[in-house]
This record gives sequence, C-alpha cells and structure tokens, in this order.
Amino acid sequence: MADLLVQFFQWAFGVTLAPWLATISGIVVGILAIVLPLLIAVAMSVYMDRKVWAGMQMRRGPNVVGPWGLLQSFADGLKLFLKETIIPASANKFIFLLAPALTFLLALVAWAVIPFDMGMVLADLNVGILYLFAISSLGVYGIILSGWASNSRYAFLGALRCSAQMVSYEVSIGFVLVTVLMTAGSLNLSEIIMAQKDVFWGVNGYWFTPLFPMMIVFFISALAETNRPPFDLPEAEAEIVAGYQVEYSSMAFALFFLGEYANIILMSAMTSILFLGGWLPPVDWAPLYIIPGWIWFFGKIFFVFFVFAWVKATVPRYRYDQLMRLGWKVFLPISLLWVVLTGLFLLLTDKIPA
Amino acid sequence: MMLIKHAARTFLLSEFVKAMWLTFRYMFRPKATINYPYEKGPLSPRFRGEHALRRYANGEERCIACKLCEAICPAQAITIEAAEAPDGSRRTTRYDIDMTKCIYCGYCEEACPVEAIVEGPNFEFATETREELFYNKEKLLKNGDMWEQEIATNLKLDAPYR
Repeated sequence: MADLLVQFFQWAFGVTLAPWLATISGIVVGILAIVLPLLIAVAMSVYMDRKVWAGMQMRRGPNVVGPWGLLQSFADGLKLFLKETIIPASANKFIFLLAPALTFLLALVAWAVIPFDMGMVLADLNVGILYLFAISSLGVYGIILSGWASNSRYAFLGALRCSAQMVSYEVSIGFVLVTVLMTAGSLNLSEIIMAQKDVFWGVNGYWFTPLFPMMIVFFISALAETNRPPFDLPEAEAEIVAGYQVEYSSMAFALFFLGEYANIILMSAMTSILFLGGWLPPVDWAPLYIIPGWIWFFGKIFFVFFVFAWVKATVPRYRYDQLMRLGWKVFLPISLLWVVLTGLFLLLTDKIPA
Repeated sequence: MMLIKHAARTFLLSEFVKAMWLTFRYMFRPKATINYPYEKGPLSPRFRGEHALRRYANGEERCIACKLCEAICPAQAITIEAAEAPDGSRRTTRYDIDMTKCIYCGYCEEACPVEAIVEGPNFEFATETREELFYNKEKLLKNGDMWEQEIATNLKLDAPYR
C-alpha cells in the first residue's frame, strides 16, 4: 500500500513522499478502505436482517425508501442523527458517552486482522485470533459501562445479563478456537485459512471435517456473544424494555446499533475464516480460483449473516437460566471433549501440524 | 432405545433444523401484507370513515338542522346551531364535528332522516395539528362534494340491509 501511494504521488503531483509519511498514509488509506465499506455493509446488513425477518413472517419489510427500500438504513441513520442526545440527569456523563463510542470502536478495531484476500489484510498479526478474542472480550466493557452510567434499573439489569452471558459463552468460544488452532497449527488468520485448503476430497474449509460440530457450537455461541435472538436477553424488550440501551438516544444509540451489527458481521467473518475457508472457494477446483478471493469471502459472510437473520426469525427467546445452562452445562463440556478428541486424533494419526 | 433416540434428536438439533426449514419455506410464500400506500385492501360499503355532509342533486344542502345527530352522538362530538334561511327553510348556521372526540359509531348517519350526515369511505385524513381535526360545516360540505360518488354507491349497495 505504501509503495503504491509513493508511486501515485509521484505520478499525480511529481512529489516524492518521505518514507515515514508514506507508511502512515498507507495505513490510513488501508483503514479507510476497510471502515467505509464496513459501515455501508453494516447499513445494508440491517436492511437485509429486516428483509429476511419480514420475508419469513410473510411481510414485505422496508420497501419505500429508495429502490426496494435499499436506503432505509440511511434514512434511519439520518433520523437518529437529527435527534437530540438526551443525557439522564443522574447519569455519569463521561462514562455514559464513552460507552457507545467504546462499543463502536471495538467493533471496528477488530477488523484490522481480518484477511479479505490473499495478503489483503491491514495487520497480518501472528496472533490474530488471540487479538480477535481479546477485542471481543473487551466488548463487554462498552455494555457494562453503559448500564452502569445510565443510572437506571433496566439498563443496569440489561448490562448485568449481557456481561454474564458474554463471559459465559466466551469460554466455549475459546475452546472451539483451540480445536481450530490445533488443526491449523497457527494463530495467524491467513495461515488458518491456507491450512483449510483441500482439507478433504478437495473441499476447502473445516466445515466438512470432524470440526463441523464445533462450527455449530461456535455459531450458537456467536449468537449469544453478539446478543442476537434467541439470546437477546440483555435487550428483552418485554421484561427490561431495551436493557442497556434504554437511556440512549440519537447518535449515542446509533453508535450502539452500528457497533452491534459490525460485531455480527465480524462474527460472520470469523465463522467463515475459521470453518468455511475464508477467501478460498468452497471446492478446490481451478476455475473457481478465477473469482477473486474477497468475493468468496463476502459470499460466505453473506451466507452466515443470512443464517443469523434466519435464526432470529425462527427461534423464540431463551429464559435466562436456560441460556446459562446451555453455555455452562452443554457447550463447555462438548467443546472441552472435542478439544481432547481432536488432540487425540491428531496425535494418533500423526497429523500434528509443525 | 428411547433414550438414544432422544439424545440423537437433541444433539443433531433436528427440531431446530425442522423449524428453520419451515421458516425458510415461509419466505417464499405469497406475502400476507399489502403494499399499503400504493395498494389498498377492500372496504365494506358500510365502512364508517370520515364524515361528510351531502347535498341534493340540485346543490341544495340536505341537512334540515333537526339536531337528531347531535342528540344521539354518544361522544357529544357534534355541535349544531340553526336559523331560518332567506328562502324560509330551516338550515344550520353551524355544523361542527370534533373528530378527536368522534368514536365512529355511525349513529349520526343512522339518526339522520334525510341522509345528510354520512360516514364516507375515507380513512386517510390524518393531520399535523389537532385544530385541523375540528371540522366545521364548510369542511364537511366539501367532503360531501368530494366523496359524493363513492358515498352514493355505498348507500345504494347497503340499502337492502337497512
């Protein structure tokens, strides 16, 4: 990216950029190249979510703003933008405004390590998966800070529920990640994807291997991690109104909303990287490689996101104790067992990656 | 055996798969909703919507200011004042309906001996201010002129059941 910029400036303005300037501007351009499409993707994913949900309830969904209602999310965003930001009198002002910003920031920051194509990654971290895990754990802060700072019972209850839920499901997500790491032999996301090339009879991706149950566990835990139905107890509008979002309005609310959907897309991306083979085509067949990798990656994210919306339209909300039971008594033992089984399998078949 | 069956069903998430397949099929069903502002559902001829004051074919007001509608109105939404018109007939000088009070029961229409006050088929008369919903005689007569054709057809269709 930096070399490209230097060449561009030389060609366009006849100026040679200083190396440090080229590096910094290269990074900035890279960030913009990820964040701007991501924000548009977030807006479109809200639209798609609503459309899929409506379709499964035999409704039409948004169809008035723009062609087929495609601009609905932008209209909603504009509406939120024009509203007044209300800060409750007894709220802790600084933390109250910090929380949505934090949620949004963390949802965006995680995208730095996501590889969109061969070598198309902003920060090719060696420990990319740990970084992702750390960022998604930090996501709890935005929510619990908002619940605390709102000084409202509903918000606080929602925040408590949310943090307990996220912490619980992170445990099983962690073990699922361990199985993937053992099979791939790397913490680098690009290498994890490359390890999935031609895994089994020319199929790219771990979804076709004994890791398939782990993909299901990961996906369901991702639902809980992003507070999506059927695990949207932190918002549970029937019991605690909207949970931690209850006191928020205007852009503060919009930031929460954007952050939430950015997180959902991130989880879809993680599912496709860890199990569906990221930017590899689904089958190891030469003509399929003509299609650029980022299109495959986008398609896989699209598919996983569709399943996210699909589950939302299908499954009713869990009770809180059922949620905790599923996390601790079902997913934790299963994923732990699978870690042991995968380890044994790799050891006995002598397939431990170097 | 039952235990194995149950365990298999639980671990294979078969109930979820079935439910998801069901919702997936529903996605391709014809929509139950209509594209409202561009497409409208059918209305009965008896539909009780926005009020209108009708005229005779020669343009003469039907209302004779008998105040039966005012008397029967359960929400007391109608206010009428009457006076003698220049031609010697009894006419209203004031005919107000407070649409924010009206409960759309249709008693006024039923009470009217000359089919002057009617509830037309229009239900899209939302306004931006409350004041705009305090209808006066002028507004009601204008409604009558605007909706006369539909109102007349509806009255004719419903006449056998009255």
